[in-house]
Amino acid sequence: MKQSIFKIIENTQLTSTVFKMKLSGDVSEITSPGQFVNIKLEGLYLRRPISVCDCENGVLTLIYKVVGKGTEQMAKMTAGEELDVLTGLGNGYNTALSGDKPVLLGGGVGVPPLYMLAKKLIAEGKKVSVVLGFNTKDEIFCEEDFKALGADVSVATADGSYGVKGFVTDALKDIDYTYFYTCGPEPMLKALYKVTATSGQFSFEERMGCGFGACMGCSCKTITGYKRICKDGPVLEKEEILWED
Amino acid sequence: MGRLSVDLCGITLDNPVIPASGTFGYGYEFAEIYDINVLGTFSFKGTTKDPRFGNPTPRIAECNAGMINAVGLQNPGVEKVISEELPKLKKCFNKKVMANVSGFAVEDYAYTCEKLDKEEQVGWLEVNVSCPNVHGGGMSFGTNPDAAAEVTAAVKKVTTKPVIIKLSPNVTDIVSIAKACEDAGADGISLINTLLGMRIDLKTKKPVIANKMGGFSGSAIFPVAVRMVYQVANAVNIPVVGMGGVSNAEDVIELMLAGATAVEVGAANLIDPCVCRDIINDLPSVMDKYGINNLSEIIGGAK
Ligand SMILES: Cc1cc2nc3c(=O)[nH]c(=O)nc-3n(C[C@H](O)[C@H](O)[C@H](O)COP(=O)(O)OP(=O)(O)OC[C@H]3O[C@@H](n4cnc5c(N)ncnc54)[C@H](O)[C@@H]3O)c2cc1C
Ligand SMILES: Cc1cc2nc3c(=O)[nH]c(=O)nc-3n(C[C@H](O)[C@H](O)[C@H](O)COP(=O)(O)O)c2cc1C
Ligand code: FES
Repeated sequence: MKQSIFKIIENTQLTSTVFKMKLSGDVSEITSPGQFVNIKLEGLYLRRPISVCDCENGVLTLIYKVVGKGTEQMAKMTAGEELDVLTGLGNGYNTALSGDKPVLLGGGVGVPPLYMLAKKLIAEGKKVSVVLGFNTKDEIFCEEDFKALGADVSVATADGSYGVKGFVTDALKDIDYTYFYTCGPEPMLKALYKVTATSGQFSFEERMGCGFGACMGCSCKTITGYKRICKDGPVLEKEEILWED
Repeated sequence: MGRLSVDLCGITLDNPVIPASGTFGYGYEFAEIYDINVLGTFSFKGTTKDPRFGNPTPRIAECNAGMINAVGLQNPGVEKVISEELPKLKKCFNKKVMANVSGFAVEDYAYTCEKLDKEEQVGWLEVNVSCPNVHGGGMSFGTNPDAAAEVTAAVKKVTTKPVIIKLSPNVTDIVSIAKACEDAGADGISLINTLLGMRIDLKTKKPVIANKMGGFSGSAIFPVAVRMVYQVANAVNIPVVGMGGVSNAEDVIELMLAGATAVEVGAANLIDPCVCRDIINDLPSVMDKYGINNLSEIIGGAK
């Protein structure tokens, strides 16, 4: 973990509610895809956790959806402004388990961390399929970016306005895969847990106090004991997940 | 003794800054980013007789200038704290640590304290009679002078280490409870624990926290802490450890003027992990600014 100041290079709007922010700063603690950063914002007591979308040559890319005060504030920021960021948080995805044909499944703002993951898996010589799920055509982002990496991309929209009509689980039916990686809303994660034929890794969200393992605010029960989503997660393996409720 | 040093129940602290229980784990997350030996000491996560998972999530809610937590005393239980956490801590912390203890029956407190009493790494026992998170648990001891005294006496019987009783602010008469603990043999008082609070999400129209209510802490509660430390310090003859909303060197000095011998820093560590190191670094220049030579001289200076 590291606390440092990042400078915004650009902050661009991707859809009506989703923005992409590029920042420059000390990225030395960011070691694997699926990790996240925790951002301090003016006037807000708690930091805001956002997944690392990409990290290369000292440039950190985040993609975030405006849902409240913190993300609204981020959306208004412009190039040159600075942010206090904790980096190197969370375990991240393990690419060693992927086999030669992994599939990556993302829903909504669960898509961003899969970008750096796809990049790494492709660099490792694996044949990567990506399934992106959105509610409607207007909400789609990152499709071209995954294509540019050389991934085989399919998109599902709930209303059928683009790609496969339905959910990522529907688009998954036509894909041949050795392993899966996913991030997205919990109902999507639960559905994938049921329909996936192989082992895989899930990224979870929880309300966080600190984001670095100190407060026990984000604990969950797993087959292998209690885990902190922020420190022992956010990525859990399929075999260790215990769904509550 | 340096300008910053103070004596807490017979043990000299290099400085009065102490990360508060529950906000500093067992130290090593912070040891990744700074040398935690710069601290006066720290109070480790509330430890109970048996392991506890605590409350369901969400356990955290944001507030203006603060936060609510309903962690519910998640901890691995005293046996594991001794066999696993303390040896790990030894590698990154060479001072005496403050052991924070919680319980749900007088015997639980005594059991846990008796175990921790044997650990030479432990300098003080900070006995939490105030955690508002657990139903029928810690809360009841801290709201009643007799119950608080009973816990104090039971713990004193099983340890020779200084016993600091940590009080809840969720009471009508904090002074009577502090005095009852002093009469029962407490070596010090620490306060304040969190204030009982609650938030409701306007979108879902439900409580934000699964446990509905939780402990409110952070800068917003600082004035309550100053007031209660002042009241208690003026009523007892044992050292008082002050806390509640401290986030900078000025706050430390203010609580010491109110009567605190040492000062704990809680929620601020979660947002600025280096805050305690920064406070310690800032203290000398802030002392200069206010004409203070030695911190030990200002304790209870505000009359
Ligand atoms: C590990 C992790 C990675 C994330 N990655 C991304 C990402 O890449 N892109 C993205 O758009 N969003 C991501 N999120 C969700 C993002 O953190 C929340 O949307 C954001 O904190 C909302 O802040 P706000 O002030 O705009 O909203 P508010 O609703 O005003 O927030 C109030 C409080 O609730 C918390 N909160 C609200 N929603 C969530 C949530 N879904 N998860 C956790 N805490 C929440 C906030 O942190 C804050 O403490 C991630 C969350 C986690 C835990
Ligand atoms: C996440 C969290 C967990 C806490 N856990 C404990 C605990 O286990 N035992 C205890 O005595 N106090 C606990 N506290 C209370 C703090 O030690 C402190 O008394 C309180 O938060 C007020 O200080 P602050 O405003 O600086 O946070 C906890 C506080 C927080 C925020
Ligand atoms: S958010 Fe504090 S331990 Fe995970």
